[in-house]
Amino acid sequence: MAAQNRILLLDDDEQMLELYQTLLEQLPSRPEVQVCNSGARAIAMLESEPFTLLITDLRMPKMDGLQVLAIVRRKFPRLRLVVLTGVVDEEYRSRAYAQGVEMFWQKPGTVEDIQLFQDCIESMLDRPNQPQEGFRGVQSKSLVDLIQLECLSRSSSLLNISRGGLNGKIWIQNGEIIDAATAGMTGEAAFKEILSWKSGNFEILPADAGRARAIHNSYQGLLLDSAQALDESKGPPAGAGPEASQTPGGAPAGLAALGRFEGVGFVLAIPPDEKQPAESWSLESALDTASWARDAHRRLAQLGESLRAGEFAGAFGFGLQEHWALQAHERKGLLCAGFRPGLSAEQVEQTMKHVFDKWAS
Amino acid sequence: MGIVKNQRDGKSGPRRLPSGAFTVDSQGNLVSSTVPQWVPESLVLQIGAQVLAVFKGAAGVRPPFSELRVHYAAFRITAREMRGGAIIFLSPKKAAPPPSS
Repeated sequence: MAAQNRILLLDDDEQMLELYQTLLEQLPSRPEVQVCNSGARAIAMLESEPFTLLITDLRMPKMDGLQVLAIVRRKFPRLRLVVLTGVVDEEYRSRAYAQGVEMFWQKPGTVEDIQLFQDCIESMLDRPNQPQEGFRGVQSKSLVDLIQLECLSRSSSLLNISRGGLNGKIWIQNGEIIDAATAGMTGEAAFKEILSWKSGNFEILPADAGRARAIHNSYQGLLLDSAQALDESKGPPAGAGPEASQTPGGAPAGLAALGRFEGVGFVLAIPPDEKQPAESWSLESALDTASWARDAHRRLAQLGESLRAGEFAGAFGFGLQEHWALQAHERKGLLCAGFRPGLSAEQVEQTMKHVFDKWAS
Repeated sequence: MGIVKNQRDGKSGPRRLPSGAFTVDSQGNLVSSTVPQWVPESLVLQIGAQVLAVFKGAAGVRPPFSELRVHYAAFRITAREMRGGAIIFLSPKKAAPPPSS
């Protein structure tokens, strides 16, 4: 007989606690639901008894929901986490997912939404929890793929990598690589050393929140530097003639250099002549993206002419998974860049200015 | 005198840039607007249509985005996607003050 699921509900609103306790106790799996109205009380309850799931509000006095999540994720890595909030804010949503939350719910306002919420919680309780400790790995993935997965999902974790008698660690905080260590080295030097290992084992451990940041380069810049260092250590291939330097994957070195700017996820250069192919760095669907970018620029530029609003200076899109920017150069064509969603709109606009100026120079 | 001629030749002055906000539904129909009456509705609908086209054109190509900002030399458009439609803000940019002599 399966153990009964135990849910801890955290909200500073007593009426909400009473309502959702009743709703959750009605679930088919009949979980045990306990309530508390402060983050400190929630942590104390979690320390004294095992729970399956924590459902927490965000806006609470003294200790808000994000603080609770940060503490709980480190102390109870097997605890499943759901946010249930009246605040719909994309930044809160991103930060909550970065803390390992499985679902982010706006407090349901209709009967249908309440039913949907109940169904989601029930299906979540039906699914066995993924192990948070021990070994977990995918045979066909390289270390670069693993790091990119952790960073793109804005996770906080500790990558423990072993190769024979060697051991290395990479600290990841909110999708950024903050430190690495192996064989007496730390920081970027250790990261490059670990990336040079061609095989080994890995495990993803809970994040070490106390680790100080020693690496300030973006993860894309670190991976690029490591790849270049590896290429240089191999030396030129036999019979190779002089040619423009290329980064792994064939991206022009110029575009790859633009990827070093903080927060840049991809770069796409679209020439004015549609017959010429676009060049890209770190972008899978370059052809489709180029087609969309050309169309978007054409529409917006023509709109500007209709309005007599002056020259088109740029377009920016902001979303939960990605931000993007598009600017036009009279001679070189269009430059489209993707940014990680953690950046603010002002940061995206400012960074794009630097990227564009460097590209155009 | 004839030295100073009146330059009035019947041509209108520079076109004013529209300001305000309006919402369009997923079909591009105007739902509500605070844009001044002197702005032709056709222009408002044209802005709405192009903004919606940029939002929808990204489907399947890029991850969905909810906010679009378009910068021109003298104008700015900010749009937020809303269930297939959009709320669109129009903001003329203020000219820089002339340098003091």
